[in-house]
Amino acid sequence: MGKLHLSVMLLSLTNVKKTYATSEGPLVVLDGVTLDLGSGQSMALTGESGSGKSTLLHLVAGLDRPDAGEIVLAGKSLATLPDRELAALRRGTVGLVFQQFNLIPSLDVRANLSFQARLAARHDPDWCAHLADALGLTALLDRYPEQVSGGQQQRVAIGRTLAARPRLVLADEPTGNLDEATADSVLGLMLQLVSASGAALMMVTHSPRLAGRLDRRLHLTGGKVAP
Amino acid sequence: MNRAVIRSGMGALLSHWVRHPMQLLTLLVGLALATALWSGVQAINAEARAAYARAAAAVGEDTLARIVAVAGGPIGDSDYVALRRAGWLVSPLVEGRHRASGLRVIGIDPLTLPPQAAVSGAVPVVGGDIAGFLGGTRGLADAETIAALGGDGLPGVRLAPADGLPPMTVILDVGAAQRLLAAPGQLDALILAPGPHPNALPQHLALRAAARDGSLARLTESFHLNLTAFGFLAFAVGLFIVHSAIGLAFEQRRPVFRTLRALGLSAGTLTGLLVAELLVLAIIAGLLGVALGYLVAAALLPDVGATLSGLYGATVPGTLSIRAEWWATGLVIAVLGTLAAAGQSLWRLWHLPVLAPAQARAWALASTRTRRLQFGAAVALLAASAGLVAFGHGLWAAFGGLGALLLGAALALPSIMDAVVRVAQRARSGVLWEWFWADTRQQLPGLSLALMALLLAMAANIGVGTMVTSFRTTFVGWLDQRLASELYLTAASADEAARLTLWLRPRTDAILPIVSAEADLIGQPGSIYGVADHATYRDHWPLLQSVDGVWDRVADGTGVLVNEQMARRGGLGLGVEVALPHGALPIVGVYSDYGNPSPQALIGLVAFQRRFPDTEVLRFGLRIAPDRAAGLAADLRQTFDLPETALVDQAGIKAFSLRVFDRTFTVTAALNVLTLGVAGLAMFASLLTLATFRQPQLAPVWAMGLTLRHIALLDFCRTLVLATVACLAALPLGLALAWVLLAVVNVEAFGWRLPMQVFPLDWLGLFGAALLAIGLAALIPTLKLARRAPVDLLRVFAHER
Ligand SMILES: Nc1ncnc2c1ncn2[C@@H]1O[C@H](COP(=O)(O)OP(=O)(O)OP(=O)(O)O)[C@@H](O)[C@H]1O
Ligand SMILES: [Mg+2]
Repeated sequence: MGKLHLSVMLLSLTNVKKTYATSEGPLVVLDGVTLDLGSGQSMALTGESGSGKSTLLHLVAGLDRPDAGEIVLAGKSLATLPDRELAALRRGTVGLVFQQFNLIPSLDVRANLSFQARLAARHDPDWCAHLADALGLTALLDRYPEQVSGGQQQRVAIGRTLAARPRLVLADEPTGNLDEATADSVLGLMLQLVSASGAALMMVTHSPRLAGRLDRRLHLTGGKVAP
Repeated sequence: MNRAVIRSGMGALLSHWVRHPMQLLTLLVGLALATALWSGVQAINAEARAAYARAAAAVGEDTLARIVAVAGGPIGDSDYVALRRAGWLVSPLVEGRHRASGLRVIGIDPLTLPPQAAVSGAVPVVGGDIAGFLGGTRGLADAETIAALGGDGLPGVRLAPADGLPPMTVILDVGAAQRLLAAPGQLDALILAPGPHPNALPQHLALRAAARDGSLARLTESFHLNLTAFGFLAFAVGLFIVHSAIGLAFEQRRPVFRTLRALGLSAGTLTGLLVAELLVLAIIAGLLGVALGYLVAAALLPDVGATLSGLYGATVPGTLSIRAEWWATGLVIAVLGTLAAAGQSLWRLWHLPVLAPAQARAWALASTRTRRLQFGAAVALLAASAGLVAFGHGLWAAFGGLGALLLGAALALPSIMDAVVRVAQRARSGVLWEWFWADTRQQLPGLSLALMALLLAMAANIGVGTMVTSFRTTFVGWLDQRLASELYLTAASADEAARLTLWLRPRTDAILPIVSAEADLIGQPGSIYGVADHATYRDHWPLLQSVDGVWDRVADGTGVLVNEQMARRGGLGLGVEVALPHGALPIVGVYSDYGNPSPQALIGLVAFQRRFPDTEVLRFGLRIAPDRAAGLAADLRQTFDLPETALVDQAGIKAFSLRVFDRTFTVTAALNVLTLGVAGLAMFASLLTLATFRQPQLAPVWAMGLTLRHIALLDFCRTLVLATVACLAALPLGLALAWVLLAVVNVEAFGWRLPMQVFPLDWLGLFGAALLAIGLAALIPTLKLARRAPVDLLRVFAHER
């Protein structure tokens, strides 16, 4: 990999391995995953339940460390980064939407929406208001997470991530809790915002239909990528 | 219900404790500690009460009526003879303290003593030597006392063991007792045998009914009430731990409860199983607690004993006997406490719908409504407290007021905390702090019990500390005034007294006779002192109020000084005529008289000797230049071969008084420290509880770019901030507590009121100690959070929770 390559590729994984210790012995979840993702690109990650999609996303976000292999994100190799810098990376570069429990229960929707942007010192009230409007959250701003539905929570999580304008958006079944029509429109919005800001998107989904709307599609099976 | 279902249900419930040994430990330790403090105090009280009862029973004070002098003071032998002749079945009684040995001496007449008096059975068995007893060479005491005296008890008296006597008490024949107490021909009372008796008593005598508890029990009641109140406070604080441990155990087992219900266990059976489980735990912890309480009581009893004898002249044995009823009450209180602490959880379980959603956080999130209700109750309690303190009468009202004050403040605390956090929330200072305060607000309901425990413990420490230190400062100043003479001398006889004064006259600046007589004052047993007219009194005596020329009035016998407790209890003020033996006198002054529970009056020496001509002058205060006092004391001892106790110097008495004083409050101090420790433990238990609910709250923050270490640090700060607010809130509460103790409880209990003095440096030390305790309590949860593996947190985001 040359210098030029690095500058183009926002994210590159080389031979990443991850094993969990379980009561039945070691469980190999990722067995040598290699992939690249450039700025402005979107990628769908599919695979059976338990195939390691969430695990992969967590490794990329610097929430966990691989057992072997290299992950380079925005020019930094995650393996050698200390905890503090990994946290800084999560704050500034990455935006995450999880499968569940995305929101901070003690803050209302408005505060949740702007939380990460403010952490990253990139808060833009107009942009936040625009996102809330586009995601249909304007009426919910003063409520607390436990007072809104699962799908609404998911939309808040998406809005929160986009509000911080991260360079890489990682989303783990962000539309899992949404009906088809809403899912379509939310994904449309995500793609639009991602491409407008020149960010990259890596999204886990079970839906081939949604996967088809993204630039690329990777399938995880047996711990490896099957293109 | 199928027995197998119940058995497997029980198994499923109990397996929880195996998986969470820490929780089990917290629950057991909390309950055991609470029980220990409570039952330790009860053990001390029971031991003391038993000693009083024995003292009362020894000469039948508990069952037999007595005849006493109307004016107080002694009854003559001649009265006894006259009454017997008139057909009264009376028996003579002499009571007093033998100065040289410190023994309580009781003189009886074995031939006329009614069989209802406990010692009457023992007399014939005085080594078979009834003649020796009557001749005054034989006496009775309990075996422990005889062993402790080891031969050198009373001169010329051999002691035989007898059961049922209080410690350090000797029973003698009346004549021998009169000789030893230097009160020839004087009796303190006549014991009346039950049954019919003639009607008319001579004018100067009165009948006094039997007192169930005896006079000591009445005298010391306030002291024991004090101890009980503190024991109860410690117990209540301990229950906070139990409550939070049980709450956690119930919450974590919700899925199990649901499954068991779904499998066919009725709500009643399930509740029954849990009650059974709680009972078993309560009994185990109760037994532990009572055993621990025994140790606490055994450690504190010597101090309490010293206090009681110093303050009230009551003798309590230094060793603790094990009483069955005490074990039983300890267990009962443990069980009741557990059920009270578990009440809320059990009630919720009973009302849990079979398929209730797993709302783990619902437990921690007491609603705003609960808080409002609490606040309402707090306001009502505080009002009730103010009412009781302002308008109530008696010690129970005072303690009731204190209880309402503490409980009201505790209930108000969550609302105060909430308000403080809300204000902090408004001070916008960055997204992280915004989150910090919002999160703090969410933690409050889960922490409020522990914070209340901390508030109570701190308030008790500040309040009692302020009371004790105020008291000590006042007491030291008062001792300096009151003990103005450099040396205090006690002669063995009038003869010796005469020789001593003759020798002393050229060698001292002044010899001040000190005479006293027992007398009933304002209807209570008290004493009257006669004092010489001397500058020592005029310059030093600690007068609280006085008329002009007070000492001239005392000297010429036209006025009396009374101590503060007598004035307060009798509602007496300056100028009021007060009844004294052989004629009333107007009050010309009131003086403070700490450490003495009884009424006391002071009249001029001449007036005293007119009223009590038989009283011999055996005690003297000696005035001399302070630097010559030690030399004079040595000379005196050598010349007259005086025993150690016959001559004490001012410094010696002061040191002794202060020692008694400090021992008095060792118990309170120990209870205070224990209470603070218990509060720390409550905080620890609550933090452990909360930690299990924290993951979904913290994981998103972590994922968005905060290190776990940072989050843990914030959590630690939060605990300290909340503890600090609780400590600050404890300050006014503690001062209020101190004020009530000084201005209400002390007045009711002892009859004196003390000026309140504040010691901010002590508070700083206390705050430091409390924050240290809370910091330690928060340390383990904090470290656990900081070291948590990412996998644990990531589970939050996957389906696996
Ligand atoms: N902390 C862990 N300890 C042990 N095993 C784990 C742990 N986390 C995940 N696993 C296992 O690793 C495998 C991959 O999990 P992962 O969550 O990545 O799957 P996934 O592809 O996201 O599945 P899904 O589509 O159901 O979300 C699963 O078999 C899971 O049980
Ligand atoms: Mg997954």
